[in-house]
Amino acid sequence: MNSTLAILAVLDGISYAALVFLVSVGLSLIFGVLRVVNVAHGSLYAFGAYLAATFSLAIAPISPWLTYPALLAASIVIGVVCGGFIERFLLRPLYGRDDVLQLLITFAAFMIMDNLQRLIWGVQPIFAAEPLKLLPNITVFNVSYTSYQVILLPAVALATLFGLRYFLRHTLAGAVILAVTEDREASTAIGIDAQRVYFVTFVIGASLAALGGALASPTTSLVPGMGADMIVLSFAVAATAGLGQIEGTALTALMIGLTRAFVIYLQPEFEVLVPYLLMVLVLLVRPFGLFGAVQVRKI
Amino acid sequence: MMAGRIKPITIAAIVFFLVSAVAPLFVASWATLFALILAKGIVVLGIVLLLQAGQVSFGHAMFFATGAYAAAFWGKFVGGGDILLFLVLGGVSSTIFGLIVGLFVVRYREIFFGMLNLAFSMVLWSLLEKMFHYTNGADGIRVARPGLLGLTFTPETFQYVILYVSLAIAIVAFYAVQRYLDSPLGHMLRAMKSNETRLEYLGMSARRVLLIGYVISALLGGIGGTLVAIIQQIATPEFGFWTKSGEFVFIAILGGGAHAFGAFAGAAMFECVRFYAAAHLADSWQLILGVVLIVIILYAPNGLIGLRQRYGQARQGGH
Repeated sequence: MNSTLAILAVLDGISYAALVFLVSVGLSLIFGVLRVVNVAHGSLYAFGAYLAATFSLAIAPISPWLTYPALLAASIVIGVVCGGFIERFLLRPLYGRDDVLQLLITFAAFMIMDNLQRLIWGVQPIFAAEPLKLLPNITVFNVSYTSYQVILLPAVALATLFGLRYFLRHTLAGAVILAVTEDREASTAIGIDAQRVYFVTFVIGASLAALGGALASPTTSLVPGMGADMIVLSFAVAATAGLGQIEGTALTALMIGLTRAFVIYLQPEFEVLVPYLLMVLVLLVRPFGLFGAVQVRKI
Repeated sequence: MMAGRIKPITIAAIVFFLVSAVAPLFVASWATLFALILAKGIVVLGIVLLLQAGQVSFGHAMFFATGAYAAAFWGKFVGGGDILLFLVLGGVSSTIFGLIVGLFVVRYREIFFGMLNLAFSMVLWSLLEKMFHYTNGADGIRVARPGLLGLTFTPETFQYVILYVSLAIAIVAFYAVQRYLDSPLGHMLRAMKSNETRLEYLGMSARRVLLIGYVISALLGGIGGTLVAIIQQIATPEFGFWTKSGEFVFIAILGGGAHAFGAFAGAAMFECVRFYAAAHLADSWQLILGVVLIVIILYAPNGLIGLRQRYGQARQGGH
């Protein structure tokens, strides 16, 4: 492997890690607060991607620069509408019941959304690369790469990471979420509306999944099945990091992104194997994940 | 329960097995449908078994795929084959695989148990998908119609042969799982759900109890996988994908995890909805199944077999 390929692999890894981080951190946040593994998370990612593509294809003729706000708008719409619906009508009646039922009802949501996605957007691949083409290419050590992927995506991921950190540790709303996570009963007793906290957290997590999809949409063709692939991948990242660990998720996403990128250049057939193999190895040694404390109660 | 009195659920099971034996004689297209129901029911029996211990495996499709590929590999690399041979191969390979994976996963509980199972199954899925040279990748391997004890069949007879083989195995598996759950070992498995610490204080090894249950459920998964591969005449990596594992858990909850018959009740409902929805509403069977699942979870969390009990309780004034 020569140095050009190595740099290419690093850049690939970083841009991929940024997307995976956005989706995984949403999953991790939801688990940290609600203690629910959201199987529909991948579908929210796919819906975000498809709606973003629809929006940006519609708005590009007016002004291509409007595609960026369109991506953001798509992810918020999906997060609030789909995420809100899932939390309010499917999960809320099940709090305090068997964990299996909570997990399975999000599986039902996954089946429905997967089907709806095919009914609404069809099975033909969709391309909407406008936002990717607008930004210039940049050259890193003689390797040319799109600045959308190596600057914009990591920037959004970092902004999300620090934004979430700031939100949870330094704002009142964040403190309220942490309080509910720590002890739901006690926080309800002092007047916190735990149901609202669950709703808001789920919507934030869902929006992050949709944002990941929306930002991914210019870089790849949208096909059925992308949601089913993404949910296990983001789950692998979140579980390897330790469910509920925000900074850990970022580091793990970077680790898996880079490993995967190098494997693609060296042994392409093992690409899909990488995240799951890492997950098995890490979970065997540290079932609470690389960064998880034995009592996984933090977010 | 008084000795000699037959439980209503046992009657339901007998009726179900009788119907699956007789009904396809009148409607030919039901032969394959019922064979699939029985084969999937056998797999879900394994999920129900683990549910007794309060554990949910979100990776059981790996044993299903193991059983299916055991038959497929024999056909691809050796050639020919016999239903019984395939079943033995599928059973043995999934038991061994279940033992290996089981040794690791029984150390964990609940979400960690589910996660690790998922991780193992996804490793197997990626290997099946990517080892193109051996597995034909996503296209899968065709499973040629095998014989039975040296006899060969036409496609019309064969669908009945595989139906009755599935039925025989399903009945044996159903009876054996019932006996197992009623045995001291089965009671220990159930005790894990209510109080694992107490089980340990009684001098039992919870891990060993769970491992035995896990290996049995892997065996059931493998046998079911072999049967489905023979019925559908193909084995694809999709057999080991996480959505398949989800489907099995779905069927278990749909039928009701409290009793072994729930596995078959759930499988019957699932496959019938799929069979008829796919025939009449081409592209939305998944949507319909999703809605069915939501309704079951929200309004009948004990599954189909729980409905009767609830109805019975209401009649007796809530006791």
